[in-house]
Amino acid sequence: MDAVRFLLNGEVVEARSVDPTRTLLEHLRGDLRRTGTKEGCAEGDCGSCTVLVGELDGQGGTAWRAVNSCIQFVPMVDGKAVITVEGLGQATPHPVQAAMVEHHGSQCGFCTPGIVMSLYGRAVAAKGGDGPIDEVLAGNLCRCTGYGPIIAAAQAITPEAAPDVADTLMDLRRDEALSLDYVDPIAGVTRRWFAPLDADELARTYEAHQDAVIVAGATDIGLWVTKLRKPLGTLIDIGRVDALKAITREDGWLRIGAGVRYVDALDTLSELYPDLGAMMRRLGSTQVRNSGTIGGNIANGSPIGDMPPALIALGAELVLRKGDARRTIPLEDFFVAYGRQDRAPGEFVEAVRVPTGLGGAMFKVFKLSKRFDQDISAVCGAFNITIVDEVVTAARVAYGGMAGTPKRAVGCEAALVGQLWNRTTIHAAVEALAGDFTPLSDARASAAYRTLTAGNMLRKVFIESARPDLETRVPEAAPHAPEAANA
Amino acid sequence: MPDSGAKLVEPVVFQGVHAALPHDSALRHVSGTALYVDDIPEPPGMLHVHLGMSTRAHARIVSMDLSAVRASPGVVAVLTARDIPGENDVSPVIHDDRLFADGEVICVGQSLFAVAATSIAAARAAAAKAVVEYEDLPAAITIAQAREAELKIEASQRMARGDAAAALAASPRRLQGTMAIGGQDHFYLEGQVALATPREGGDVHVWSSTQHPSEVQHLIARVLAVPHTAVTVEVRRMGGGFGGKETQASLFAAAAALVAVKTGRPAKARPDRDEDMVMTGKRHDFEIAYDVGFDDEGRLTGLALELASRCGATTDLSLAINDRAMFHADNCYYLPAVEIVSHRFKTHTVSNTAFRGFGGPQGMAAIERVMDAVAQATGLDPLEVRRRNLYGGEGRNLTPYHQTVEDNVAPQLLAELAASCDYKARQRQIDAYNARSPVIKKGLALTPVKFGISFTTTHLNQAGALIHLYADGSILLNHGGTEMGQGLFVKVAQIVAEAFKVGVDRVKVTSTITDKVPNTSATAASSGTDLNGMAALNAANAIKGRLVEFAAKKWGCDAAEVEFTPQGLRAGSELVPFETLCRQAHLARVSLSSTGFYATPKIHYDRATHTGRPFYYFAYGAACSEVLIDTLTGEMKVVRADILHDAGRSINPAIDLGQIEGGFIQGMGWLTTEELVFGADGRLLTHAPSTYKIPTCGDRPAVLNVALWEPGRNVEETVHRSKAVGEPPLMLALSVLSAVNRAVAAVADHKVFPNLDAPATPERILMAVEDVKRRASC
Repeated sequence: MDAVRFLLNGEVVEARSVDPTRTLLEHLRGDLRRTGTKEGCAEGDCGSCTVLVGELDGQGGTAWRAVNSCIQFVPMVDGKAVITVEGLGQATPHPVQAAMVEHHGSQCGFCTPGIVMSLYGRAVAAKGGDGPIDEVLAGNLCRCTGYGPIIAAAQAITPEAAPDVADTLMDLRRDEALSLDYVDPIAGVTRRWFAPLDADELARTYEAHQDAVIVAGATDIGLWVTKLRKPLGTLIDIGRVDALKAITREDGWLRIGAGVRYVDALDTLSELYPDLGAMMRRLGSTQVRNSGTIGGNIANGSPIGDMPPALIALGAELVLRKGDARRTIPLEDFFVAYGRQDRAPGEFVEAVRVPTGLGGAMFKVFKLSKRFDQDISAVCGAFNITIVDEVVTAARVAYGGMAGTPKRAVGCEAALVGQLWNRTTIHAAVEALAGDFTPLSDARASAAYRTLTAGNMLRKVFIESARPDLETRVPEAAPHAPEAANA
Repeated sequence: MPDSGAKLVEPVVFQGVHAALPHDSALRHVSGTALYVDDIPEPPGMLHVHLGMSTRAHARIVSMDLSAVRASPGVVAVLTARDIPGENDVSPVIHDDRLFADGEVICVGQSLFAVAATSIAAARAAAAKAVVEYEDLPAAITIAQAREAELKIEASQRMARGDAAAALAASPRRLQGTMAIGGQDHFYLEGQVALATPREGGDVHVWSSTQHPSEVQHLIARVLAVPHTAVTVEVRRMGGGFGGKETQASLFAAAAALVAVKTGRPAKARPDRDEDMVMTGKRHDFEIAYDVGFDDEGRLTGLALELASRCGATTDLSLAINDRAMFHADNCYYLPAVEIVSHRFKTHTVSNTAFRGFGGPQGMAAIERVMDAVAQATGLDPLEVRRRNLYGGEGRNLTPYHQTVEDNVAPQLLAELAASCDYKARQRQIDAYNARSPVIKKGLALTPVKFGISFTTTHLNQAGALIHLYADGSILLNHGGTEMGQGLFVKVAQIVAEAFKVGVDRVKVTSTITDKVPNTSATAASSGTDLNGMAALNAANAIKGRLVEFAAKKWGCDAAEVEFTPQGLRAGSELVPFETLCRQAHLARVSLSSTGFYATPKIHYDRATHTGRPFYYFAYGAACSEVLIDTLTGEMKVVRADILHDAGRSINPAIDLGQIEGGFIQGMGWLTTEELVFGADGRLLTHAPSTYKIPTCGDRPAVLNVALWEPGRNVEETVHRSKAVGEPPLMLALSVLSAVNRAVAAVADHKVFPNLDAPATPERILMAVEDVKRRASC
């Protein structure tokens, strides 16, 4: 049976007989005694477990990204490089560590290794590490400092070259798919892990193991293990299939492979649709966007995923594949009902196709959550509205958080199309939303709030088009004043 | 492992107290070498302990079949109430917190039994196989339900001065209002954890992440029916505490210790985040009602205040917490005639506990809401109303509990902050902005803080320390205080270094452990440095006294001519390096070890009448926050905050600034995004960071000016005239809530007063906006 091999702080380590759903964090702390990396939540929300993962960038170099090791399975780092806080500096602190000390960036110290790793990722221009400090650190919770001293440390850190481990990674490359078997002594099930290397092999493997769980970034599946404690059977890792990681343009469409991580699609989508980009920068955190995939956000069928309403409003399509057969469906048709998608056994999401232009339509996305950054939406609304000579000629309006699936507001759309773009029409369209949705109350929001804000989002679309001079949004964080970072 | 404590290099410039030194563990924090309990190498044969939990809020346990649990793979032991040799109790005061439920469960998440297995996965999988049959009993989840059922943990308390009813009746103006204030989870990044190792003769050693090692020791001894001497509890550091590890660590430590003693194997209990949040207590949520009388100038004439809190299923520290809410319902304001009634409701939810501020924030939130309401009613600027009501002047210094305020610096703080943050001009700019901005509205508020320092349970105000001077001149420092990130260890080390005039690197602070300093109080009530710093200073002075006597004799001078200097001991004309001094003193058979003890003077309190001097002194601060809200979605952002805080003569300005900023942001979280949601069945629905939202980096205001108040100096004889700084800054965040409330009021041009509850989530803000619009159009 195969063993998982990866580069840990410059040394090749090998994990034999490992449970494929053992998390990288458990492996680091429990098996390898690298206890610098901490567990704060085991669900990818606090960042205490942040490590850097490096992989071949396809151009002869190493691409690094910060990830939450608490929801990465060990086989996912096979053939990759991992840097933990221990790899930075112990006897002599690394400049990032020294800056954190100098600026009093740690108090209890428990979140600190994760913060150090996120800041190190920023220093070496790791993926997702080039944004504002708030964005880079949105996935690292600190309960002690109030963040000021950490921001001060971040502002003091100078960029440096990222380690290049491409040669070693080339040596670790596999010619054949990684395949693991493990008998879970507690649940008494056999757990299998397949990591096919190309799309055809993936299609064959999935057809042969139709009960398998497909893993891409594990930002959701990871929680099935750490939170739901589901003893999983067979898992298929699509992360090795290069074809699924491509973003290609094909006449008027952008084809985003199911294995494309948010971070790798962010710039392209931001350029096309700035509002979508702004929403994506608040979706999860740097660590989550560095692992999670847009395909996964769709395939898991969550009623509160943020990408589906935006993509539905854009008129995106989904490419599904089973064996060698492919079919393309409008994205909204994929979501049949809560927990049920239009996906046959053995069929998987291969790509999502997004139009590259809307022919003059306006497109807006609003993500509404209790906390601005890294919070699942109470309501996410997306609006694709075409107005010609003050008349609405087309409208695609979709919401997340309002029903058991991401869903178009068909009544609302009907109330808009053909009408004058004015307050009366908006009023009628908001009224029509009541017929489109009967939202639930839960820990995130009440039904009344959801209904009210779903309508207010449409009102805001109108206000922003009618009165562009007005301030209508709570601004994203302004850059922190350096003098304010008291330290 | 780098060990900055091992270096014995004298600094070029002497730095003792008042120096902005880094946290003593800073290098270890950033390198990942600081050990937390779960990082300690696991001893061979160690068992993992998982606690089976109640799924019902209130029920009789009809039967509990654990046979499948015992038979599950990897299970070594399953323990229930019947396996406890001593008392089945892990409560701090009232003996009402069971280690394992016995016959009845009183909240969801209550511990039923312990499974010890060879892995945590095996223990959890086993616990899931328990078959528990319940017979549900009537449950009160909310304050309203407990009020209805008249369930209280003790009789309602009354604190009064003057005749509030008469004063209200005679008041020129009068208004009433209510407000709900949510609870708060501590969300220490390191969860609860304990590692117990059996020792010979039935003794046990326990590493515990606790603010109160002595209490953990005493409770384990009681559970095991052994003397305190049989149990040793040790704490090197916590990954955050905030009050959440004052009493709440005992359950896990006792379970681990019981397993260790019963099986003869080491045992670790570490709940995961969700289990931790479900099983452990939180800040009390409150419902307040006020009836206030005032004049046209906004001066209060009378106040009747009702404070009702959700204490949860057991007493825990709720008596003192609710007392402290009453103590802080005056904040900085003189209340001419006042009656404060406090209801302590018992509910079938997890027992609420200490959290930074310990009830004070809720009491203070009440009076700050009153100030805003009076300002709205009189049309005066809220800061002006606050200033007019401050303590100060003839006959205006007596608190509702009859302690005289003798150190009032609030008037100066408010004046200085108002000037430095340009309060008046910004208030005008905001009014102008609001007049032209229909969707986004802004609000600005400046609020003061006065926080009483001392445990209100008088006997807790004591501390012990132990100092060893080794013959090589290195200093080992131990005291009863625990390090949870607040910088206590470095501050006390600075105090000791200052005493001997040596570099702080020479002072090694060691784990807090019950066999070095006994019978300690919790590191709580902001008291850590005040108490342990003074105890350590007393220990240092005892050794210094012996060294001075020795040196005078040895180098033939008068004791008055002996002086500790950064260059060494000066004895007459001799200058003796510190190492030489220690070596020589050892050879001359001088004891180089001493304990030190400290008990806070002046304080006394009669709980029966709620009068006395519960506090040695008060800590003060003030904050001004500016927010903007989206009136279509309720989203809110704090765009700027200015803070001026009095830490007395700060022992370590860097550490104190960290406490102030951190406290402010934590308080902001409490009042804005952090929402605890319980289901009707008593289940906590927000039990992980995916659903419970503490502030992120981006929530910190882009402009945050924090300053220590330069003239600060404690009028009381505290250690180096410093002031406690752990809790008070949390309440600076009340300025955020006031500012949000004001932004909401701007929707109807301040014509009606919003009744915004806390936490001011987007939903609450939007609903308050809608409510204000509705009422203004009536």
